[in-house]
Amino acid sequence: MHRRVAVTGLGIISAIGNNVSSFWESLSQGRPGIREMELVDRSQFRFQMGAEVPNYDPLEWFEGRETELLDRFAQFALIATREAVGQAAIQWTPELRARTAIVTGTSAGGQKSADDGFYEFYYKRNKRVNPLSVPRIMANAGASQISMRYGITGPAWTVSTACSSSNHAIGQAFWMVRSGAADCAIAGGSEAVFHFGFLKTWEAMRVVSTDTCRPFSRDRKGLILGEGGAMLVLEPLESARARGATVLAELAGFGMSADAHHITQPSVEGAAAAMRCALADADSNGEEIGYINAHGTGTAANDPAETKAIRSVFGPHAERLAVSSTKSMHGHTLGAAGAIESVATILALRNGVLPPTANYTTPDPECDLDVVPNVARETRVSAALSNSFAFGGLNAVLVFRSVNG
Amino acid sequence: MPQEITERVIKVMATILHRDAASITPESTFEELGLDSLDGIHVAFGLESEFDVDIPDEELPKLKSVADIVKGIQELLARKGAA
Repeated sequence: MHRRVAVTGLGIISAIGNNVSSFWESLSQGRPGIREMELVDRSQFRFQMGAEVPNYDPLEWFEGRETELLDRFAQFALIATREAVGQAAIQWTPELRARTAIVTGTSAGGQKSADDGFYEFYYKRNKRVNPLSVPRIMANAGASQISMRYGITGPAWTVSTACSSSNHAIGQAFWMVRSGAADCAIAGGSEAVFHFGFLKTWEAMRVVSTDTCRPFSRDRKGLILGEGGAMLVLEPLESARARGATVLAELAGFGMSADAHHITQPSVEGAAAAMRCALADADSNGEEIGYINAHGTGTAANDPAETKAIRSVFGPHAERLAVSSTKSMHGHTLGAAGAIESVATILALRNGVLPPTANYTTPDPECDLDVVPNVARETRVSAALSNSFAFGGLNAVLVFRSVNG
Repeated sequence: MPQEITERVIKVMATILHRDAASITPESTFEELGLDSLDGIHVAFGLESEFDVDIPDEELPKLKSVADIVKGIQELLARKGAA
């Protein structure tokens, strides 16, 4: 069995929108959500900017008592799921609940809750930590909460591969639906990065920009961290059409690779291999790809390596495709990046508008692709890639096809 | 003073890189020592603790040798003394 797979629901919460329509409005207007951080004491950091979800109040989304069990990252997973499942308008039956998979990605999981708890213990010398710490901190909290909320009893698990986490999650869910191992899947990821200990570890890596995030621009100074979550609902294309669901895009291919190279430096060959695997999985020669939502972190190392990898995979066709990094607007959301960027990619296919690379100032000869600088472009493309390349050299790439017309 | 700084720099590098201090000289370059960017930030972290200074992100990629580090630390210490 080899079924075509449809995306029938999207949900998102991010620095540039608390739902799919506001997210798209920001993306299509090239409006970044990068601002001075407000969730931490900025005077303690070398960098000042972040892509926080602005004015986030959990009580607008959850009952007070519910929030006691939910770390911020799990809240984001549930908020995105609510929108995605609502859009897909799934008619739940006990049979479908048992045949639905949940695969979530996160890099840090509930580390904010761990940070808060250990602060009480180590610094304030309190003898105890909150008894709900374990269920808050566990990386699978998002997947577990989704399963309980919707009564979904099929396969559910969590993937943690740093910045590739949610592409790996979506890809595995895709393969399950395609093979017939599941009849529906909720897949994506979430991340909450703005807490003291975790931000300090990123500061120490010296990859966070003291300016803003300027992917592919010669004056780029690094990445900007962001938070949020995004989820996709996947189901077989044929049955989605049969039940009258709106098919937003086809998820057509998934490819993975490991660099086996260096724990933080990217490898051109590893990134290229993942893109080639994804194209092969989609039965595509690459000529149909008109847009790539790049990993595009805005670090010195990533952007030239990704440019070389795209050139190596696409050859002369690299001149004919557009490449943008929406991280310039919603920040690098680590384990949520693949999911948030999948939403961006699907909306680009569906709306015939390619979101830009914001904050771009100066061409870099080492990043000489068409990076859609600053202004969105009306272009209808029939297929697109979404790239994720993680620290640790673990790469995951998705291929989406338009179903318009 | 530079002599003392050089010795302290080499000691920090030897500890972090797990190598014999005698194998690191004031003339050693990062390339000769086989250091990559991750080693670079690790060494900078050790130096910041040792000398109680902050090495700015944009200065780090400019450092290519032990002599560069010693010069940079001298400047940071002078700035700190003047402040």
